[in-house]
Amino acid sequence: MGHSVKRKEDARFLHGKGNYVDDVKLPGMLHMVMVRSPYAYAKIKSINKERALAIDGVLAVITGEDLAQYNLHWMPTLLSDTQMVLPTDTVMHQAQEVCAVIATDRYVAVDGAEAVEIDYEPMDAIVDPFTALDEDAPLLRPDKEGQENNHIYHWERGDREKTDQAIANADVVVSERIHLPRIHVASIETCGCVASYDKDTEKMVVYLTTQAPHAIRTVVALVAGHVGLSEEKIRIISPDIGGGFGGKVPVYPAYVVAIAATFLIGKPVKWIEDRSENLVNGFARDYHMDCTLAADKDGKIKAFKVKTLADHGYTDSSANPSKYPTGMFSICTGSYDYDTAFAELDAVYTNKAPGGVAYRCSFRVTEAVHAIERMVDKLAAKVGKDPAMLRLENFIKKEQFPYASPLGWSYDSGDYEATLKKAMEMIGYEDYKKEQAEKRKEGKLMGIGISTFTEVVGAGPSKDFDILGIAMFDSAEIRVHPTGKALARFGTKSQGQGHETTYAQILAEELGIPYTDIEIEEGDTDTAPYGLGTYASRSTPTAGAAAAIAARKLRDKGKKIAAYLLEVSEEDIEWEVGKYFVKGAPEKSKTIQDVVFAAYTNIPPGMEPGFEATHYYDPPNLTFPNGAYICVVEVEQETGMIDVKRFVAIDDCGNIINPMIVEGQVHGGLTQGIAPAMYEGIEYDEEGNVLNGTFMDYLVPTAVESPHWETGHTITPSPHHPLGAKGVAESPTVGAPPAIANAIIDALAPLGIEHLDIPITPAKVWEAIQAHS
Amino acid sequence: MKHEITLTINGESVTAEVDSRLLLVHFIREHLDLTGTHIGCDTSNCGACTILLNGKSVKSCTYLAVRADGAEVTTIEGLSPEGTNHPIQQAFHDQHGLHCGFCTPGMIMRSVDLLNNNPNPTEEEIRWGISGNLCRCTGYNNIVKSVQQAAEEMQKEKQATV
Amino acid sequence: MIPANFTYHKASSVKEAIAKAEELGEEAKFMSGGHSLLPMMKLRFATPEHIIDISKIDGLSYIKEEGDVLKIGALTTQTEMEYSELMREKYPIFSDAIKLTADPSVRNVGTLGGNIAHGDAANDQPALMFAMRATIIAEGIDGTKEIPIDEFFHGFYMTALEPTDVLVEIQVPKAKKGSGGAYHKVERKVGDYATAGVAVYLELDDAGVCQEIGIGLTNVSAVPMRVDRAEDLLRGQKITEDLIEQAGVIASEDCEPGSDLRGSEAYKRSLVNTITKRMLNKALERANH
Repeated sequence: MGHSVKRKEDARFLHGKGNYVDDVKLPGMLHMVMVRSPYAYAKIKSINKERALAIDGVLAVITGEDLAQYNLHWMPTLLSDTQMVLPTDTVMHQAQEVCAVIATDRYVAVDGAEAVEIDYEPMDAIVDPFTALDEDAPLLRPDKEGQENNHIYHWERGDREKTDQAIANADVVVSERIHLPRIHVASIETCGCVASYDKDTEKMVVYLTTQAPHAIRTVVALVAGHVGLSEEKIRIISPDIGGGFGGKVPVYPAYVVAIAATFLIGKPVKWIEDRSENLVNGFARDYHMDCTLAADKDGKIKAFKVKTLADHGYTDSSANPSKYPTGMFSICTGSYDYDTAFAELDAVYTNKAPGGVAYRCSFRVTEAVHAIERMVDKLAAKVGKDPAMLRLENFIKKEQFPYASPLGWSYDSGDYEATLKKAMEMIGYEDYKKEQAEKRKEGKLMGIGISTFTEVVGAGPSKDFDILGIAMFDSAEIRVHPTGKALARFGTKSQGQGHETTYAQILAEELGIPYTDIEIEEGDTDTAPYGLGTYASRSTPTAGAAAAIAARKLRDKGKKIAAYLLEVSEEDIEWEVGKYFVKGAPEKSKTIQDVVFAAYTNIPPGMEPGFEATHYYDPPNLTFPNGAYICVVEVEQETGMIDVKRFVAIDDCGNIINPMIVEGQVHGGLTQGIAPAMYEGIEYDEEGNVLNGTFMDYLVPTAVESPHWETGHTITPSPHHPLGAKGVAESPTVGAPPAIANAIIDALAPLGIEHLDIPITPAKVWEAIQAHS
Repeated sequence: MKHEITLTINGESVTAEVDSRLLLVHFIREHLDLTGTHIGCDTSNCGACTILLNGKSVKSCTYLAVRADGAEVTTIEGLSPEGTNHPIQQAFHDQHGLHCGFCTPGMIMRSVDLLNNNPNPTEEEIRWGISGNLCRCTGYNNIVKSVQQAAEEMQKEKQATV
Repeated sequence: MIPANFTYHKASSVKEAIAKAEELGEEAKFMSGGHSLLPMMKLRFATPEHIIDISKIDGLSYIKEEGDVLKIGALTTQTEMEYSELMREKYPIFSDAIKLTADPSVRNVGTLGGNIAHGDAANDQPALMFAMRATIIAEGIDGTKEIPIDEFFHGFYMTALEPTDVLVEIQVPKAKKGSGGAYHKVERKVGDYATAGVAVYLELDDAGVCQEIGIGLTNVSAVPMRVDRAEDLLRGQKITEDLIEQAGVIASEDCEPGSDLRGSEAYKRSLVNTITKRMLNKALERANH
């Protein structure tokens, strides 16, 4: 642990020998292409399959009517709502799947899709969520019993009265409506599957781009159980995944159609989405947050209030733990010490794609952190205090951990002051403040932005966290072979995070077996122990802990074997990585390899042979990484162009397993942070048409837009995690957007601009400058 | 309509019959079973499909297979003999220039052409040089370092053979 | 992602290309680099029944000065222009534009001829052609045509080229003492089409008076355009800062941008103003060098 070991998994990727879902080819495999709605809200008058079926090679066109015969046309979502697999009468968002064409060849399938004739009757779509609750708004979900309007649920946390009172009595109050628009993860590999049903063995195998293979298996068993698919006959294989970021957690309708198709036809069916399908289906964010921050005249925070309107699209299919419909949003009180807060949220239906939780957001922590960090900057501006100073004066202090936040979290550990001071030192904060003062005299627009965030990852303790009822533990199963080499399997699933290396490092540290002798496997539900998958930075906090504990179980067994081999009692055996030795007589020792071999060949009487352990880890708490990010920008007044001159990120994720991998994750998360801050945002017109549904207009940063990131860390271990480690990979996507937004808005402050919603583009800056002059 | 084409793929001559509209990337992935070249978009932006055609980096999703008749194509599988690493591949490994690996083959093939034209690029030139290849995982810092290491190694090798 | 069905034809010579186009009629399109046409076909925005591949015709890829013109073969790729010593040293306006066009892999295949023949005001080269007062040379059924750039662009994706015309060469004035040009475009990210782009090319005499000038604009009109009024203002004058200011304003007034995802009409007009001034200054700097 703690070493920048190079990655074991690299070879196959460097040589083009990765095994991604689209690489899978099975004998007799057919291709499926989806036909999608051009309208945001429309009745389906008719679907004519004739012309499509007449094309040589097109075998079937599957519609909602076809699936309805098996009651497969609707499926449950993870949050107790329902979602169409294929519609029977109404389409609810642009690009919704309407029917599927199955053909012998990918090219023919596309021709078939073009040839299906669908007659739609378009209706007026609800696009603005603020109109979803109007008197005359159409009822979008008449299918839901008891649903009288487009309101999905109301959620609240905290003390409303006390908070309102604190705000009323405060010296200083700042308010703002902040919108985080929809964005899309756009991993370079799109979503897809190869579903293959064998009518003889009755076994369903699905190669799937999924971050949570076991959960999917259980969901499929629940959804399609009534047609005869039972869980022990379902095998989900998540092979190499080309990026997940939360976009490969949902069960997309096309997966279910492919599974149904192969079940009926008995041949493998492959579906791989095009990028333009990928970008208009599923999303993250879309919270409209009315924030109020109250403080005394010196900027000491007294209370925080936020009222949110959540645009969920036409169904609530966000992948949150079931008791947390708003994810971890209640961490919005931030890194600051005060005791009064109230958060409430109303979720509504609109004619847009469903989703909400994705794009490396840690279950809505991105929204929460953006809100508090923007408001803290607004407060600093209002009281005329340096934003770093204001934060330092308000931080939760090291001695206050574990800290009970006003909305109910118990932060495990942190030293926020040290983290921020390190960032300030690394970037040269005071020098930039001086430079800014000089530049402002010359009328130049230079800005410095800070974000100091507390994250919450590692879902989670079973008493609170479940996905569709399944508790969010995770697992590790280790088996050591007679010659001392090991095979370990996990319930998580890497999509690039380097588990084949980091888990091996953990086990090497705990067992003393070289990490090169340890094979790591994930993703095949037939062999891997049950787990809830990899997203929301949960792998290290959960499966990493499971690995450590399973390894310690083995170490304990090894100790008994060593005592037997060395003919002493167990209490006389000591451990040093890889070796058991007799207390006081270190020359009398046995290596871990000796002990393992003995477990197969010279077993102590009464002991179970073999050297294998499994652990299902139920975390006692979440872990709370934190960070301090500082960004320096220059804005050109004439054109609105923004130049990010420096960006320093100091992260605290507790003990670090592999610094190289952690640093790489931070870089990646930062680029996925500047993306929504300055480039990405899904745009709709008044009719619900998506205006930027390809990479030509959905602006994923290249190496030119992505700055040269500067990173560092502080270390405050998690007191409850067996390795003292926390998660990290989502922190930068959470922390970067407010740092960048704060910097740009700071640059524009002399012109009287006080807030801008992200993405802050040069065009937006220019318009704001015109509006203020 | 079918056309007979003959081209060299990774040093081997291949003859095949292809439809007019078959894209080179599908010819490589489906007909030749070389799945190291990937598809990441449908508007020629992402570069995951980048290969070398007559020594130059080309987005194989925007090239007709039939047009590749008579060409010399190198895919990621042909960059280095089995079990060995081209200096660029080694550099990506040493500098942690890949996470999920999906953009990696395209990024590496593009880097080959980049370094052919500019053996000693600055950081800015590298960033502009790979601007047609998108990565969502790495944040690009380490990809830049990988290309820098490769440039250094390849210069050394060149000097050694002189 | 998959084009509709079509039939591919390969032309080995200009003559063959013309003959095939005549034979196949309106449903046939020429393809050179294919990096404008094929993407449209993959999204099925274009569905020609026949594609005549002219990319393999020999002898259409060259960059040479002859007499008082620079001749560039239509099949010269953007990369070939990018690395041409002649271009870099004497015609930096091309380097300015090429660096900002798409990305290196696209430039390996995309041709100068294709970038112009596509008839798209969003492409970068048309603005340069206007600035440099280019002549487009085409071969057709009735022989060779020399089309001045001002007669070349007819409308949205429509040019003076007949379906049977093959664009074979572009001619621009040879660089000389006192000539200079520059191009810049503002884009949302690298590889994007222009939010607004301006090309300026001018020729000063020994007294520093502007004898000829061209100002071309990118992506701020439906059809590629020049700013006649600004050119007329500056031609025959010593270009002062005040004249540059005025020229910028005229360019912003005479362009016809639409509001879209790249920005509002007002924003684009403002950019045209700013970039026109900057390119005038840069062109002057190069002319005086």
